[in-house]
Amino acid sequence: MADKIQFELVSPAKLLISSPVDMVVVPGSEGDFGALVRHAPMITTVRPGVIVVHDGGKVSSSIFVAGGFAEVNEERITVLAEEAIPVADITADMAESRKKAADEALSDAKTDREKAQAERLVLIAEALEAARH
Amino acid sequence: MASLKDLRMKIVSVKSTRKITSAMKMVAASKLRRAQTAAEAARPFAERMERMLGTLAASLAGQSGAPKMLTGTGVDKVHLLVAVTADRGLCGGFNSTIVRATKAMAADLLKQGKTVKIMPVGRKAREQLKRDYGQYMIEGFEQLGRKGIVFGEADQVANTISTMFDAEEFDVCTVIYNKFKSAIAQEVTRQQVIPFPVPAQTGAADAGAKAIYEFEPGEEEILAEILPRNLATQMFRALLESQASEQGARMTAMDNATRNAGEMINALAIKYNRSRQAQITKELIEIISGAEAL
Repeated sequence: MADKIQFELVSPAKLLISSPVDMVVVPGSEGDFGALVRHAPMITTVRPGVIVVHDGGKVSSSIFVAGGFAEVNEERITVLAEEAIPVADITADMAESRKKAADEALSDAKTDREKAQAERLVLIAEALEAARH
Repeated sequence: MASLKDLRMKIVSVKSTRKITSAMKMVAASKLRRAQTAAEAARPFAERMERMLGTLAASLAGQSGAPKMLTGTGVDKVHLLVAVTADRGLCGGFNSTIVRATKAMAADLLKQGKTVKIMPVGRKAREQLKRDYGQYMIEGFEQLGRKGIVFGEADQVANTISTMFDAEEFDVCTVIYNKFKSAIAQEVTRQQVIPFPVPAQTGAADAGAKAIYEFEPGEEEILAEILPRNLATQMFRALLESQASEQGARMTAMDNATRNAGEMINALAIKYNRSRQAQITKELIEIISGAEAL
């Protein structure tokens, strides 16, 4: 088992995935990175994007996350994501309505804080749209 | 002495009360199961977040420039108390214990010359604290978790709190909620969330000490992101615990009420039978003595 990395994907509501895999590609805030077993320990923020899980020589699953945190060490990678949707489940409607809501929030935003939040929502919506293709 | 008809009506009324309380008990039991599963399912996230935060805090320890949410504002003047109760009653002492704990804490802080602000979460907290502590009350939240708590709701509460913190409206924030112990026991918990107490360095920290973590972008940037998220997670946990406790408390309260109603029905039935028998005997005596008089 030494050649597999334990991949954990956790959302606030529950533990979504916990299984040994070959490699995980995570959209880190400073660029995508692949995590294999015996990766150097690291903690990073995750930007909205798609996590690609490689197992058995092929892509076994890809999951959209709306940002979060990742902790990597020699044996495991833990991703804390506030929202996670399998890419296959994303529909055009979902992406569009989120984009619309985010744009509205941005135009309604008054304070800097609201604006920053709305900008984050826009980024998430755009990443969601990009993930669909 | 109540007439037979009065007694009969009273029995009917207690019986229908018993039906209602026993139905409420069933509902609470099934909601409890759901709330309990939700609370348990949410644990891994909080645990891992705590571990990550512990690692971060350990690597930042002793350095200046750590975010205020972790180190505090340096003073301890204005306290924000977040009282988490239910929206509805009929759950025994569930709401009043929280209200009592909040009042005690507020009184204590006021005596020390601190300023207190109270944020009620749940309708009962607002209603019960309004009379004595109305002037300290700030806007709170109601109707959370009608269909089970979702993270977004906790996020909303956390956002309001951190906005206030950024505006320097308070120095210390404490959440008061009922922690779920078992279906019949809840524990009033006061948890300080700002400044966040660094989790005790246990086994996880040992591994962290061995492995030197790299941080991307940097410790401070990650901390600045993770702390508000952590606040939301803590709120989420408090709300989930509180909801599970509420259902547990309601189940126990309704179980007691059902049992009491049963006892009352028995007592009333005996009384009813006795007075009916007394009346029959009286009528018989009247008939017999009437017949003897002839």
